[in-house]
Formats: sequence, C-alpha cells, structure tokens
Amino acid sequence: MSLFSMFGALEIGLIFSLVALGVFISFRLLRFPDLTVDGSFPLGGAVGALCISNGMDPFLSTVLAALAGACAGVVTAILNVHLKIMDLLASILMMTALYSINLRIMGKPNIPLIMEPTVFTILEPSWLIDYIARPAILIIIVLLAKLALDAYFSTRQGLAIRATGSNPRMARAQGINTGAMIILGMAISNGLVGLAGALFAQSQGGADISMGIGTIVIGLAAVIVGESILPSRKLFLITLAVILGAIVYRFFIALALNSDFIGLQAQDLNLVTALLVTFALVIPLFKQRMSRRKRV
Amino acid sequence: MLKANDLHITFNPGTPIETRALCGMSLQIPTGQFVTVIGTNGAGKSTFLNAISGDQGVDSGSILINDIDVTAQPVWERAKQVARVFQDPMAGTCEDLTIEENMSLAEQRGQRRGLGRAVKASQRAGFREHLATLGLGLENRLHDRIGLLSGGQRQAVSLLMAALRPSQILLLDEHTAALDPRTADFVLQLTQRIVKEKQLTTMMVTHSMRQALDVGDRTIMLHQGQVVLDVSGDQRKGLDVPDLLAMFEKVRGEKLADDALLLS
Repeated sequence: MSLFSMFGALEIGLIFSLVALGVFISFRLLRFPDLTVDGSFPLGGAVGALCISNGMDPFLSTVLAALAGACAGVVTAILNVHLKIMDLLASILMMTALYSINLRIMGKPNIPLIMEPTVFTILEPSWLIDYIARPAILIIIVLLAKLALDAYFSTRQGLAIRATGSNPRMARAQGINTGAMIILGMAISNGLVGLAGALFAQSQGGADISMGIGTIVIGLAAVIVGESILPSRKLFLITLAVILGAIVYRFFIALALNSDFIGLQAQDLNLVTALLVTFALVIPLFKQRMSRRKRV
Repeated sequence: MLKANDLHITFNPGTPIETRALCGMSLQIPTGQFVTVIGTNGAGKSTFLNAISGDQGVDSGSILINDIDVTAQPVWERAKQVARVFQDPMAGTCEDLTIEENMSLAEQRGQRRGLGRAVKASQRAGFREHLATLGLGLENRLHDRIGLLSGGQRQAVSLLMAALRPSQILLLDEHTAALDPRTADFVLQLTQRIVKEKQLTTMMVTHSMRQALDVGDRTIMLHQGQVVLDVSGDQRKGLDVPDLLAMFEKVRGEKLADDALLLS
C-alpha cells in the first residue's frame, strides 16, 4: 500500500470515526437501533456542499450541516417517543424520507466542490502537502469532538441520557424525562453524523446522493472493531476505542482493495464491509465455542 | 399525606381476558405513617402501587399528594414526591453505571439536570458516609459498576438511593421477596431504620403476613381491587396471623386458601 493511499485511508477513517461516535451514542448509550445515519450522512454532505457552492463560509456551512443532521435525529426520535413507532422502523422511515429530501436540497444527484474553499483549504498550512494536512486537521477535529462528548456524558444531563438507555424504568423513577433524553441523544448522534457528511463532501470533492449507502454498517463495524481491540467500561476509553476502530477498519478496507492479488475492486467495497462486520460479530461466538470445547 | 379516591383500573376492557384490577379503591395515608399492604396474588397490590407512582394510568379516580392532584402527571414528574424500590433488585439501579453515578442520579431525583458535573468530590464524601452505614464495605467501591454487586447489595443501595432526597411518599413493592432470608431480614431492618430516620410516608407491599403485622404502623388488606381490611393502633397490636386470616374470611365471607397468603 502506498503512502498516499495510507493517508487517504487515515483521512476517511477519521471522518468515519465521527460517524462511529454518533452510532455509539444511539446504539450503545441509548440502545436505539438507528438507521437514520444512512440519510443524515448525505444530508450533512448535501447541506454543506450546497452552502459552500453558494459562497457561504465553509465553517458556517459545516455547522449548518451538523444542525441539519441533528434535526433528522430529532424527527426520528419524535416518531418513536411521541408517535410510538418502533425505534428501528422510525429510523427506516426517516432514512427513506431523507433520500428524497437530500435530492431536493441538492436539486441534482451531486454537487461538486472542486475550486471552492473548504475547511481544509482554509486551515491547511502552505508548507504541508495536502494529503498529510487533511488527516492532521481531522485528528484535531475528532479529538475535540471526543473530549467534548466525554465531558458532556459526565455531566448531570449526560448521565441522565446514559441512565435512559441503560434502565429507562429506573430513569423515570428518578425523575428523568426519558422521552426528552432520547430526543436529545439522537440529536447529538445525528449531528455528529451530519458533521461527518459535510467533512466527507469537502474532503472528497463534492456531495453525492449515494454517499450515504452503507454508512450505518461502517459506523457499527467501527464500534464493534473498536470494542474488540480496546475492551473497556470507561467512557473515556470507549470513545477512544470507537475512533481507533473506525481507523483500523478503514485500513483493512484499503488493504483489501489495494491488494491486487485478491482481485477486489472499488465496487466491492460494500461487500467487503458486510463480510468484515459479519466476521467481527461472529468472532465472540467462535471464541465461546472454542473455550467450551477445551473445557470438555 | 397521600389520598387515593375511588381508583378504577381495568386491563384489556371489552375482551374475554378483561381483568378488573382496581374497583373503587380509596385510601388515605397521613404524613409519616408506615403502611403495610397484603393480599392474594391478583388482589391489585402492585397495580395500586403502580398507579401511585404513575407507571399505570387510572381509568377514573384521583390521586393527591399533599393536596396536589398528581393523577395526570407522568412517572418522571411524580418522582419529585415519590421514591420507589422495586421487587427486582436489578430494576432499581443502572447496571452499566458505577455506584456513585447511580447515587448521584438518585440524589438529583426530580431536579433539573444541567451541565454541572454529575459526581462532584463534595458528593462523594456523603455517598461514602451513607454506604458505610450498610456495613457491606461498599464505601470503598464507589467506582465499581453496580452490575458487579449481588442482588441483596443492589437492593440495599436502592433503598439508600430512595432516601437520598427528601420525598413525600416511599413505595416498596415486595422489595425483599427476591432475596435470601438473611439478606431479606437485613434489607427489612434497613428499611425500618431509614423510614424512622427520615419520617417517610411509606407503603410496603409484602407477601408475608408476619412481616405485615410486625413492621410499620398500619396494615391494609386488598382483595379484588378493594381495601377489605384496615387495622392500626391497639387493634393491630393484638393481632396475630391466624386472627388476620379469620378477619379476612369474615370480611369477605368466603374461605381463603391459606397457602396463597402464607407463602414465605
């Protein structure tokens, strides 16, 4: 694998670590199986690209993209909390609706960002090659997001969100408005995914309607891989593990696609993703069987 | 002061499995009184407790706590006035959170939860002190996940948590039923100590008639969703389990299967 493709993998891995953090909040902290992600990722990309191509400041555009993602999360949560639609189904409905909404926002299947300024072109120092500068900038953004999440989830409000996911009945008995906490948590989760979508569009030269396909699987894969390479119960370490998981996972993908002798090509990406996730999910089962056999 | 007026709850109305859980149940408990509640399975004890806590909505009737009508309030809003310990030791605490995080959640029961730190150093000292009174050595395990504790330990912590914030009503739903006899006895004594110390208005559901008569100031018996027996003071002091059974039979005018009530 060339140095160029390694930094490329790191860059995309870092962007998807924001998705992974979002998926971690919904799937693990709130225990809300949320597929909205497949729609809120391109939503972030669409809003970001649209704003930037219309001459808006890239930073403001990126913030707006994150807010758009958060709104999508809020709608999914409201469908579940107030309209009593099953969590998974609510998120699938939202994901489906977002496909049309994203097309409406962009007005066409894609918005290229080639010559426009992006957060990367503004922030990267002139003495650094761009394919190294972009991952460097992303590391700072991801670390800031991680530290902010760590801090938030150890506040009273953050603790209330965690209690809601862990034991909703107990949370209510302690006076926590669990419905409001689910809405808040889903907003944070999808806000992060929207942010990732906007950064992805800016790093990859534009937003595309199909950029969201498989986002949830990649996010989940990152969470699962992270949990297996750095198992911990401490929030500070878990968020770190999730980020590492996203990067490691991306490196595996790049390795698989760049090894000519396997004969895989770019269009095999989603198949490789699904296989890797299946593999990561099945490992614990095999471990269990192996140890049982040893005991016998 | 807790007032329940003419509560009606029917499960699955209009279907073959229609169950009338509460049929015009009324009860007044003055501030600071400790009431024990007994009754056969399906008598409506748990349903009544769930109605008071807000977990179960009522079809008609009203619930007043200190003359404030809380009938329409959801569980989390009522939590300002009502503390609760569940029958299942796993239900009252968050197993993924640490002991101190659980206690912090309970210390802020019914409060607005802002962006202040969830567990402050100043709170820890208080938590340690409370936990030390249990004599289980938990004061040195503040950072342990509560899922690592045994059922009895978790139930003891749940009780402490229920009393961390002043509340009007304490609801105990057979909270010793899932514990072994020794632990159950320990939790029961702890209950009496805390209720006495904090002067809590308490309602305790129990399956044991012995316990119902020995603990608290007043005993009520439910049957088919109504209060059929209500004894307190001297009348209660002179009572024993056989008397209670006899009274029950007299009130209902029907023979009671002893083992249904005498279990445990």
